[in-house]
Amino acid sequence: MSTSKTKSHQTSKASGKGFGVKVRALHAFYDDNEAVKGVDVDFPANKITAIIGPSGCGKSTLVRCINRMHEEVPGASAKGQVLLDDLDIYSLGIDPVAVRRTVGMVFQKPNPFPTMSIIDNVTAGPRLAGVKRDELHERAERALCDAGLWNEVKDRLNKNAGGLSGGQQQRLCIARMIALEPEVLLMDEPCSALDPHSTLRIEELIVKLKSRFTVVLVTHNLSQATRIADYTAFMLDGELVEAGPTKRIFATPKNIRTKEYVTGKFG
Amino acid sequence: MNTLAVTSPRRRRVDSLARWALLAGVVLALAPLALVLLYVLKRGVGALSLSFFTTDPTGAFFGDQGGIKSAILGTIEIVALATAIAVPIGVTLAVYLNEIGRKSKLAMTVRYFVDVLTGVPSILFGLFIYIVFVVGGMLTGFAAWKGSAALALLMLPIVTRTSEVSLALVPDSLREAALALGAPRWRVILRVVLPTALPGLLTGGLLAVARASGETAPLLFTVLGAQATTFSLGAQMNSLPLQIFNDVREPNPQLVTRAWGAALTLIVMILLINLAARLAARRNHLR
Ligand SMILES: Nc1ncnc2c1ncn2[C@@H]1O[C@H](COP(=O)(O)OP(=O)(O)OP(=O)(O)O)[C@@H](O)[C@H]1O
Ligand SMILES: [Mg+2]
Repeated sequence: MSTSKTKSHQTSKASGKGFGVKVRALHAFYDDNEAVKGVDVDFPANKITAIIGPSGCGKSTLVRCINRMHEEVPGASAKGQVLLDDLDIYSLGIDPVAVRRTVGMVFQKPNPFPTMSIIDNVTAGPRLAGVKRDELHERAERALCDAGLWNEVKDRLNKNAGGLSGGQQQRLCIARMIALEPEVLLMDEPCSALDPHSTLRIEELIVKLKSRFTVVLVTHNLSQATRIADYTAFMLDGELVEAGPTKRIFATPKNIRTKEYVTGKFG
Repeated sequence: MNTLAVTSPRRRRVDSLARWALLAGVVLALAPLALVLLYVLKRGVGALSLSFFTTDPTGAFFGDQGGIKSAILGTIEIVALATAIAVPIGVTLAVYLNEIGRKSKLAMTVRYFVDVLTGVPSILFGLFIYIVFVVGGMLTGFAAWKGSAALALLMLPIVTRTSEVSLALVPDSLREAALALGAPRWRVILRVVLPTALPGLLTGGLLAVARASGETAPLLFTVLGAQATTFSLGAQMNSLPLQIFNDVREPNPQLVTRAWGAALTLIVMILLINLAARLAARRNHLR
């Protein structure tokens, strides 16, 4: 695990290192329907790992198992191991709430809280965990800077978050997640509802964040994966077909199905 | 291709026929409402004056009969207490139904009984309180709070159902966002779901208030009535529906006019509450 001790720039975390994530023999179900069928995959610390694959292959389900959001779906269950810095988050006595504070998540559609101001949105995570509002201003400011949103919103921090553009809302959601000071960032198609310019800004942001977090990025956009991901994992029908350095996955895939997918033959 | 653009004469005839039929239906439905409003306005407006609102009924056989101050205040007091009982319970039930119980057997059973409660005639709520608290048990006698209890029973299903609908309108993505931030479920409900649904909850509460304000039957058995203004919820109390009910049966034309004045006052109050409910709903819509 790389522990970069030199932190010249301002960071919102004391430790400033992400946790590596190892998924072992993970099965995930919706009632009896098995959506993830025994997946083993590693997400190295301080790297961006992209998960690609056709619609319905289980990417979102896999990612939602990493912060134990999967079990919030009625009838859903999971078995197997997800090792977070070598601690299995599915072992007995682990509080899913604590897991979610260590593994942040950004969703496909920006979902700021419409009743809260911009600043309250950013501090929502710690406040929902019971931290007082006054203690959080500095943390919120840093998170907004980290998300590259500070300059755009610094004059309207107390305005409603609904007034922001889609791209700004998504960066607000990223700031909200960073303010939680997690170790791992899960991003489930964070750009698919955005225009190309906003997409580019968020990609730059993700690259900047990897020095402090471990990033798992689900994407339908193959060129996005080649642009920013260090590693790429290809899923099909609930199974992991192939994973490895992005360059190798796209240039010399070992599996014929991976080759067909990355060259656009299907999906 | 241009056959698409031509509407056949027959279709046009059917269309205009349907339009007229609909218009006739609308007129037929609105006419009674307009007639009631106009008639109450015509009969009641003569009774209105400053003293009408600032004096209590005298109850004297001759001479000045007084106004309806005690009735207005009584209605406000009784309905306020009923709201204070029904809204917290109703919203809590709705939170259970929509956030926790969802499709479970218990939730479906609760929903069924709430629906049954909606259809119960209001006089039965009065009768129920009458049997339990007025003639039976330890707490015998008429009192304002017993009327509030009867009205609260009437309001409960309305509040529960409208609240459940407004909670269901809160997008799941907001619940997910809050859960993913590591919030326990009860905090998600308290800090995210309820504030987001607030305008809808307000609308439902106000509609229930409007409905309860005009009810007579549940009050007849429970608060009985009074002449003087009182702020004691343990005492008998006047209210607008009771005032109308009693006055309009009197042979004294002064009293009958007062009944129409009270009716007009009640209608205006309910219209205002409905207006407030609409405004609250509009705020919800803009979100
Ligand atoms: N809430 C749910 N209830 C039941 N089945 C579900 C649910 N969500 C997903 N599934 C099923 O699980 C399988 C995997 O879905 P998942 O959402 O993980 O796919 P995905 O790879 O993220 O697809 P996409 O690229 O379209 O987002 C699908 O077959 C889907 O039908
Ligand atoms: Mg998905």
